[in-house]
Amino acid sequence: MSTTTTATTPKLWSGGKSPFNVEYGKLMMWYFLMSDAFTFGAFLISYGTIRFSTNGWPDPNVVFKSFPFAPEGMNAPLVFVSIMTFILIISSVTMVLAVKAGQNMDKKAVTTNLIWTIIGGIAFLSCQAWEWNHLHHEGAWWGMNPFLNADGSASSTNFTNYFFTITGFHGFHVFSGVIINIVMLIMTLMDKFEQRGHYLMIEKAGLYWHFVDLVWVFVFTCFYLI
Amino acid sequence: MSNEAVLHAHSDVATHDAHGDHSHEHHHHETFITKYVFSQDHKMIAKQFLITGMVWAVLGGLMSVLFRLQLGYPDATFPWLESILGKWAKGGHITPEAYYALVTTHGTVLVFFVLTAGLSGTFANFLIPLQIGARDMASPFMNMLSYWFFFAASIVMLSSMFVETGPFSGGWTAYPPLSALGDASPGSKTGMDLWIVSMALFVVSSLLGGLNYIATVLNMRTKGMSMTRLPLTIWALFFTAVLGVLSFPVLLSGFILLIFDRNFGTSFYLSDIFVNGVGALPNEGGSAILFQHLFWFLGHPEVYIILLPAMGMVSEILSVNSRKPIFGYMAMVGSLFAIAILAFLVWAHHMFVTGLNPFLGSVFVLLTLLIAVPSAIKVFNWLTTLWRGNIRFTPGMLFAIGFVSLFISGGLTGIWLGNSALDIHLHDSYFVVAHFHIVMGVASMFGMFAGIYHWFPKMYGRYMNNTLAYMHFWITIAGAYLIFWPMHYQGLAGMPRRYYDFSIWESFKQFQDLNRFISLVAMIVFAAQFFFLFNFFYSIFKGRKLTNLNPWEANTLEWTTPIHPGHGNWVGEIPEVHRWAYDYGKDGKDFIQQTTPVGADESHH
Ligand code: HEM
Ligand SMILES: [Cu+2]
Repeated sequence: MSTTTTATTPKLWSGGKSPFNVEYGKLMMWYFLMSDAFTFGAFLISYGTIRFSTNGWPDPNVVFKSFPFAPEGMNAPLVFVSIMTFILIISSVTMVLAVKAGQNMDKKAVTTNLIWTIIGGIAFLSCQAWEWNHLHHEGAWWGMNPFLNADGSASSTNFTNYFFTITGFHGFHVFSGVIINIVMLIMTLMDKFEQRGHYLMIEKAGLYWHFVDLVWVFVFTCFYLI
Repeated sequence: MSNEAVLHAHSDVATHDAHGDHSHEHHHHETFITKYVFSQDHKMIAKQFLITGMVWAVLGGLMSVLFRLQLGYPDATFPWLESILGKWAKGGHITPEAYYALVTTHGTVLVFFVLTAGLSGTFANFLIPLQIGARDMASPFMNMLSYWFFFAASIVMLSSMFVETGPFSGGWTAYPPLSALGDASPGSKTGMDLWIVSMALFVVSSLLGGLNYIATVLNMRTKGMSMTRLPLTIWALFFTAVLGVLSFPVLLSGFILLIFDRNFGTSFYLSDIFVNGVGALPNEGGSAILFQHLFWFLGHPEVYIILLPAMGMVSEILSVNSRKPIFGYMAMVGSLFAIAILAFLVWAHHMFVTGLNPFLGSVFVLLTLLIAVPSAIKVFNWLTTLWRGNIRFTPGMLFAIGFVSLFISGGLTGIWLGNSALDIHLHDSYFVVAHFHIVMGVASMFGMFAGIYHWFPKMYGRYMNNTLAYMHFWITIAGAYLIFWPMHYQGLAGMPRRYYDFSIWESFKQFQDLNRFISLVAMIVFAAQFFFLFNFFYSIFKGRKLTNLNPWEANTLEWTTPIHPGHGNWVGEIPEVHRWAYDYGKDGKDFIQQTTPVGADESHH
């Protein structure tokens, strides 16, 4: 973002210009993310209250212990989800690079980094699909919970109910992010941003992508770590 | 790249009509569709919201007349009811299912479609660009989408009234298990599915609108329009939008969980339930109270989403028509801010009797009663604005004064309810019904009427008829008090809300006459709204034409636009602003518009 406007008029809030020196779309994106944070916040707090008012809960180390193509009976607690998380975080890094490249009007670097981000997003979604499928084969689904509480007692279905709903909602966000990034990629390749003289839309897509990553950190903590 | 580019992108809209006042004639190549249907002009979108809201107000009002008929005349039969409602009024007598469906739909429609979409949809759209000096909203396209999502929500809600099992009937708050179990009641089946879909569409609509309003107010103010020069309408609409953007998503989360409970066998809100005729349900581990938390986290901000726009417009109208600056401008902004913050911290006062931990309850009592402080500041400032003013009793002004009266009356009962000990007795009684109808329902309707009467000349370039407006005002204000005041006594006597027939209760029989009286007045007030409806539609086409730009001699920017502003609002440059919006009666001048530069010898306010 250029700061020339700040230099010419020192009064930020006196009208005739954006006080934050951003165009409206970015402002809207920030407010949208705030509102989306409340959506996720409501989900996670609901999950927390139900979990803490329930007597027992399954142990994530026992539930999430398998790995694609792993030999029968292998015990790899949280390894797979750590890889998923790592992929998503790396895709955030490539997104940062894409945004930076956009600011330098470097079309080639924008393209490569966007492609990497899209690949990362798709890889994350594929991992999630595998994990869901695996759990489903074990008998877990909305309204069905085959796992026992950590203390061996029967568990309420709210473990799986919340797991699928919230990770599903997050997955839906990743999916939308991938679509957005693909649109950005197409627009880059069509020289749309070169014609406009700026890659602002990539910055907005980037904000969204980082947000979705950040949410995953919370979802990951709530379902896999504690 | 900054806002300038955005502003410039918009200003070429205006160069089209730089050559004449009758901008609409030369404007673009507009077809009927782009001008009246898929319009991206904020003024047209505002009118679309207004008229859709009015349709819903009539429908919702009619519903209340129907269920008041049941409450007022529980033993009578009305054969004509059967001819319009069919099986819902067998033998001319509204069935219990129909009664609950009517109450529920009335509540939902008035709260969300009339007083949220119809009120802030209309006036945020209409006033924000005009009063801050912008060509249009930040994103006219999203703005258009916001209306059409609302329209879709309306259609879905409307269609829910025609399904076999009837519309949802578990109350506008949609508490589970009635909302979560299709077997719980007829209205919990398809009617509830449609209700949820409609409300989800509505959330999307209000999000699209809200983001736009926020971005526009922050980013698109004209030169010189600093935040502290904004008219109070804009401040109020801004806080309204912030409230909506931060609270509706929580409702959406609540609805998503509800959808899973309804359709996918989950137990988010369900535990240990036995349904008559079905037996014990397997659901276990959920909590119906959780929904109440999620709902009221929206629900309480929602009541302020409804009230704040009315407060903002009333502040503006009172000041203009008292020919005095608003008293305590910064205090007004500060109290709006305080209300917006507190609105998020008091939701559990709707849940005092749910088994909430009494300690937690006492925290919510404290926070709830704190709202009385900013509310009292606002009332004080309105009254001091009127004090020794040179009052012009225009219809808008009357409704604004009526608003202040109603807000005081209803706010005081809020303080009763805010005490958890008193609320144990008052909760779910007619006292609550009286409280929220006066402070939110009628007061915000008054704010809306005030806004319509005041800005009608700007909307349509014509005046509304004053005589009809005065009749409308007096019947409505008297009727509102006659309807809702007695309900306080009924509630104190323990009469519960949402009961179908009180005549079978020994303890409430005594209220039969009073109920009949209330129903009668309700019908009269409903009928009186046709003074307004007729006036509105007649005046659009036949009202006295405006001949001067500034009929109320007001300071704000909307009155510097042409009588029929085109898309882009100002011909040529957007005016620059040099002062706040409330220079009335300053230095011997009756009013000084915001566009007038500050003179050398002018005093400071
Ligand atoms: C000093 C200010 C206020 C206080 C202390 C207050 C307090 C309360 C309390 C404690 C209740 C719950 C009563 C119960 O269900 O037992 C309540 C209900 C309600 N209040 Fe207020 N209130 C205030 C102002 C307002 C305002 C300004 C509005 C709207 C603009 C409003 C709208 C409502 C509504 C809609 C309900 C009932 C919702 C329902 O149960 O269907 N209140 N109020
Ligand atoms: Cu409340």
